[in-house]
Amino acid sequence: MTDSSLKQLAALLAEGKTSSVELCTEYLDRIAALNPTLNAFITVDRDKTLLEAKTADTRRAQGGTGTLLGVPIAHKDIFCAEGWPTTCGSKMLSNFVSPYDAHVISQFKAAGMPSLGKTNMDEFAMGSSNETSFFGPVKNPWDLKAVPGGSSGGAAACVAARLAPAATGTDTGGSIRQPAALCNITGLKPTYGVVSRYGMIAFASSLDQAGPMAPSAEDCALLLNAMAGFDARDSTSLQRDKEDYARDLTQPLKGLKIGLPKEFFAAGMAPDVAKAIEAAIAEYRTLGAETVEVSLPNMGLSVPVYYVLAPAEASSNLSRFDGVRYGHRAAEYGDLTDMYERSRAEGFGAEVKRRILIGTYVLSHGYYDAYYIQAQKLRRLIAQDFIEAFKQCDVMLGPTAPTTAFDLGAKNEDPVQMYLSDIYTIAVNLAGLPGMSLPCGFGNDGRPIGLQLIGDYFAEARMLNVAHQYQLATDWHQRTPEGL
Amino acid sequence: MSLSLEDIQRIARLARIRVSETEAAQTGEQLNGIFKLIEQMQAVDTGGVAPMAHAQEVYQRLREDAVTEPNRREAFQAIAPQTEAGLYLVPKVIE
Repeated sequence: MTDSSLKQLAALLAEGKTSSVELCTEYLDRIAALNPTLNAFITVDRDKTLLEAKTADTRRAQGGTGTLLGVPIAHKDIFCAEGWPTTCGSKMLSNFVSPYDAHVISQFKAAGMPSLGKTNMDEFAMGSSNETSFFGPVKNPWDLKAVPGGSSGGAAACVAARLAPAATGTDTGGSIRQPAALCNITGLKPTYGVVSRYGMIAFASSLDQAGPMAPSAEDCALLLNAMAGFDARDSTSLQRDKEDYARDLTQPLKGLKIGLPKEFFAAGMAPDVAKAIEAAIAEYRTLGAETVEVSLPNMGLSVPVYYVLAPAEASSNLSRFDGVRYGHRAAEYGDLTDMYERSRAEGFGAEVKRRILIGTYVLSHGYYDAYYIQAQKLRRLIAQDFIEAFKQCDVMLGPTAPTTAFDLGAKNEDPVQMYLSDIYTIAVNLAGLPGMSLPCGFGNDGRPIGLQLIGDYFAEARMLNVAHQYQLATDWHQRTPEGL
Repeated sequence: MSLSLEDIQRIARLARIRVSETEAAQTGEQLNGIFKLIEQMQAVDTGGVAPMAHAQEVYQRLREDAVTEPNRREAFQAIAPQTEAGLYLVPKVIE
């Protein structure tokens, strides 16, 4: 059953051919067998999962329905889940058991989806390789020498290895799309404000957005239906009418205008990635779409802008970790300041410290205008580029990442090289647009390649339609790693 | 621009993170590499451009002045490093 899509699993449950307990047991057995190799999960709790599965089965026995009732899901360890350890991949929160549920968690509970556990991630979502996790790196199921991408690396790896039929992720600069690309799954980052951030441990609040990760676009549409919606507890949650994100999946693509940002196709993309993207473009033309060249002239500045804004917001958000109300407190300390300084020095890893220091510096007296304000001005220019380009097209298309998955350890020592691996995804977060990644082939090294789609504001349904039609015509997304 | 060891120590103090001298030297090198990347921003003339803080033009919502959350002090304090009589304990700050 672990090869089935969400829709197939839902049908099996609705027809009474399986139960949630049976389904969860199968996935838990797979996790027990493979997680020691992949390290995709930080926390697995068989009893808790099976209890939630029993509840789902009882709901169904009592006449309960719902598309996803009884289908299990894995949650990124950035989402607070009541009674579950919620570590955010950090030593700082290694002892933190959440006393409440994030909005996303309660939405999936309401849908009746049992949790298979909490997935591994870069510490506080800061990383592109899952190597900054306090709980050790995740291995890419396609090649155990390769990184799975990050920060939602555990989520991508567990779906790719079919340890879960679906997972939640979060995306601040590409953290859903890049690991989805590197692990051959489909992942979607919604328009900023569509999914509530309540209970999602904050990294860069003006950029953070949660989204679904699953084998296919159709699966992602069903998951987004459960995740999205207004929540008064997130001050940036948008008040909009409820949508069915699966409503346009079957629309033909004839007449669709696909924008190809020329900056995406300039130097920097590996030849094997370029070849796979060209083949995907050809496939879309066969499906009736037209392509048009568009330009995002300021896109090249998105990485420097991001590495001012995201650390600035992070330095403020992470000041809450002070060893007073929750999280790690140093064993030995003198006065209050000493307690803060030692607790934070011990609790945070090297990458998180680096970003807090960058953020503290760019916000400090005398540097605020030159860095923070300048970055915010450039953010507007980057966002305006997209608005202009969308006057000529319905969706944009390009690569998700410049290369296939790199080797574990390859970029560890050089933060700048690591940051540049997010060159194609970051601008989308700065603009607040929806974006997704879907499988579109394999590189010379046999590692997966992701195709990125970028939608206009609130055009998730259209983007999912564009992805789904491609997945009806290709089978890249159905391929799974051998030997697992 | 190049950050000195003193700069690193000053920023670390502002951020309330203790760094040893060896750490400061290593961190300084990496931060200087990152700031070299960031300096690319300075080449662009952004005169007349309004800073963009947020992706959507939204405003703070107002809500009724009514109690919406229950008191869960015990649950919240159960995960604190040190509490006593319903209070969070920290080193003495007032003599």
